[in-house]
Amino acid sequence: MTTPDPMAEIRASFFVECDELLEAMQDGLQALEDGTDDAETIHVVFRAVHSIKGGAGAFGLEALVRFSHHYESVLDRVRSGELAVDIDLLKHFFRAADHLSDLVRANRDGTEIPSSAGDAILAEMDAHIGAGVPPDEVEPEIEFQPLGLALDLDLDLPALDDLPPAPQFKICFAPDAEMFETGNDVFPILRSLAALGTCDIQCDTARVPALSDIVPETSYLSWTILLTSEVDEAEVASVFEFVEGLCKLSIERLAGSDTTDNPTPPPVSDQVSEPLPEPETDSAEPEQAPQRATPAAARSVVRVDLDRIERLVNLVGELVINQAMLAQSLQGAGLSPHSDAMNGLEEFQRLTRDIQDSVMMIRAQPVKPLFQRMSRIVREASAAVNKDVRLITDGDATEVDKTVIERLADPLTHMIRNAVDHGLEPTHERVANGKDAQGRVTLSAAHRSGRVIIEVSDDGGGINRPRVLQIAMDKGLIPTDATLSDSEIDNLLFLPGFSTADTVSDLSGRGVGMDVVRTAIQSLGGRISITSTPGLGTNFSISLPLTLAVLDGMVIEVADETLVLPLNVVAETVTLSAETLDAIQPGLDVVRVRDGLVPLFDLGYLLGYRARKDSYVDGVALLITHDDGSLGALVVDEIQDQRQVVIKGLDDTLYRAPGIAAATILGDGQIALIVDPSDIIARAGEPPHAKSQKIRMES
Amino acid sequence: MEDLQTSHPVELLTFELGEHEYALDIMCVREIRGWAKATPLPHAPSFMRGVINLRGAVLPVMDLGERLGLPTRPHCDRNVIIVVSFEETMTGLLVDAVSDIIALPPDALQPPPDAANYGAQTVVKALTLIEDRMIRVLDLNNIVVLSQGEAA
Repeated sequence: MTTPDPMAEIRASFFVECDELLEAMQDGLQALEDGTDDAETIHVVFRAVHSIKGGAGAFGLEALVRFSHHYESVLDRVRSGELAVDIDLLKHFFRAADHLSDLVRANRDGTEIPSSAGDAILAEMDAHIGAGVPPDEVEPEIEFQPLGLALDLDLDLPALDDLPPAPQFKICFAPDAEMFETGNDVFPILRSLAALGTCDIQCDTARVPALSDIVPETSYLSWTILLTSEVDEAEVASVFEFVEGLCKLSIERLAGSDTTDNPTPPPVSDQVSEPLPEPETDSAEPEQAPQRATPAAARSVVRVDLDRIERLVNLVGELVINQAMLAQSLQGAGLSPHSDAMNGLEEFQRLTRDIQDSVMMIRAQPVKPLFQRMSRIVREASAAVNKDVRLITDGDATEVDKTVIERLADPLTHMIRNAVDHGLEPTHERVANGKDAQGRVTLSAAHRSGRVIIEVSDDGGGINRPRVLQIAMDKGLIPTDATLSDSEIDNLLFLPGFSTADTVSDLSGRGVGMDVVRTAIQSLGGRISITSTPGLGTNFSISLPLTLAVLDGMVIEVADETLVLPLNVVAETVTLSAETLDAIQPGLDVVRVRDGLVPLFDLGYLLGYRARKDSYVDGVALLITHDDGSLGALVVDEIQDQRQVVIKGLDDTLYRAPGIAAATILGDGQIALIVDPSDIIARAGEPPHAKSQKIRMES
Repeated sequence: MEDLQTSHPVELLTFELGEHEYALDIMCVREIRGWAKATPLPHAPSFMRGVINLRGAVLPVMDLGERLGLPTRPHCDRNVIIVVSFEETMTGLLVDAVSDIIALPPDALQPPPDAANYGAQTVVKALTLIEDRMIRVLDLNNIVVLSQGEAA
């Protein structure tokens, strides 16, 4: 009643709620597919669909109500034990779930989905279970599941008529004199309470003495407030957060006011100590399930406009740069490292880092929704090519920057489709090779040394190398007399204009190849690598930075230019000496590191800043680890510092420099380029034909 | 410069490059900065001077003289960077010196003679005479957007 446009607000929160319900539904179905066959799991799915129906009914979204009602009826028959869940029925359930997601999205975005699509799915499901469901009987009473919406119950919504009354709180509040001394006032508190719901406020003046006895600085008044609101106790208590200990306060939830089976909200302190919502796990423990259906009641979540977070991220970036500048000028001033100023600076650096990490945490999100989308892609793709495929996901609680997740969706979709279409053999071939008829595609996410590793693998036939080589030669991508190692052949898949599909299938092979995937991954500061074992499958591994905003960097100098290298790729630094250096041929030197020979790359030369050095003796080299574990030694002139730098994007409309990932601003205000060492080394070792390919890609 | 045909006066920022005088529509000029050392970009075309720090943003700077194919000139203190914005991207153009801001009626501008016949992309989109000096009005579109061949 206090929001300017209550319906729009409520509608928006309904759709947010729907997303959570859809997620719970998918989880439930997944659990069923994984063989969890307990009553509670099907309850979770049923409740999710039911809650969506309830909410949709309140907003008059008829198509959604109709579909979810029908779906729910079938689920109900499973729930009551009338129907048994088998793999085929689950397939129908998944399809219906996908359609339900589409419907929710269409309703949210105001687009239309022809009802025939849904009808067809329902008809097939009915045909499968052998009996029709009574057509669209309207339930006499929509038993409203606790949606955790800030629903305005005073609105005349017919569907909400038989809702249980909202919870009531009795709040007794008597301020102490200290409360006023600390500059707090009663009125704003009462106003905040009124904003939560309907308030019946009574002021108790009984303790006010006769005028002659009044001590002006004593507080004699107390208030009794009856609050009717959908919020939980913790939220009511938070109104009094600032006056805690400065007043006598009791908040009591009136018995019988809430007929819903809301779990008792945890105490306030628990919620405060939990900065991020707990990533949901797949374990569908029965006692957890009711909470899942009402996630909003169980955790306190603030929805924030992404723009505001962006702004905060940018400001923190500026703060980091500023702090670096300050540090530089203080060091330049010749202060003793034990002086107060330098100690303070150290503390400042630590705080800046903490702030930065916390801000980045806000943007981090679990990859689970992304993975759920992919399970749908697998379902659709496998149906299109008539293969039996199962997606196994791992590590879906792994948190990644929101932007990264969003921009991963397209490349990942493409890779999953590829895995289903090209990676897995046709079913008869699998059976002939003694494999399980059902193909497996595994999608996993994990944090590894400051990066996120996302892997897509299949248990198909592996890359058919002779064919890949032949195609690359036929298409003129490599000279016909080229001899390539296995991994070089595998990497041909990333060349533009390469497509292995003999026939252009409906699914992949639309002219978008793995080169597009690689470009997309690279634009996120990531790398993609491929490994394949004939007969056992193919694995694509994507390594991504955790965030797109900051980087732990090593500041180096080459030909009087300051550059930054991502610290995570630097394995160690080595000093070059005549004993450890060997020349294989002009322009190809190696350095002996322990037992291995590591090829040497002159960074200044590769960047075109200067000519190749005659001798590297007494130089410094950084050992760079590639994603495949091999090493390369990058010769630099000087190592200056290790520090966190803020990544600034380079505008590449004008010119995109090879081997340069981004830029940053140093303490002195100068711009330093951030080098992508793997890219530089890859370009240095690349045969001429591939180099020209790359340049064409970038132009 | 879309309003060449209208009657509003056109305001131009004029500047020197070598012996010649050039001009840009003032509407696309965001600011003028003194020369600052640019961080060079590896393997860039020679006219790309590199990038500079424009209040926290990374600004690419090109030497306009070299971009237009004029002979290289020695660097001096009067050199400035004109920051222009074109289709929401900002670019710095290094010029020898800024001269003046002039307002002209649109009919004082004439198209360059038969530009289409020269085949090559034209960077000068209009000419005007002021006190007998010829001023070339540049077409930003063909300057800050690189053609396919140039980018490689």
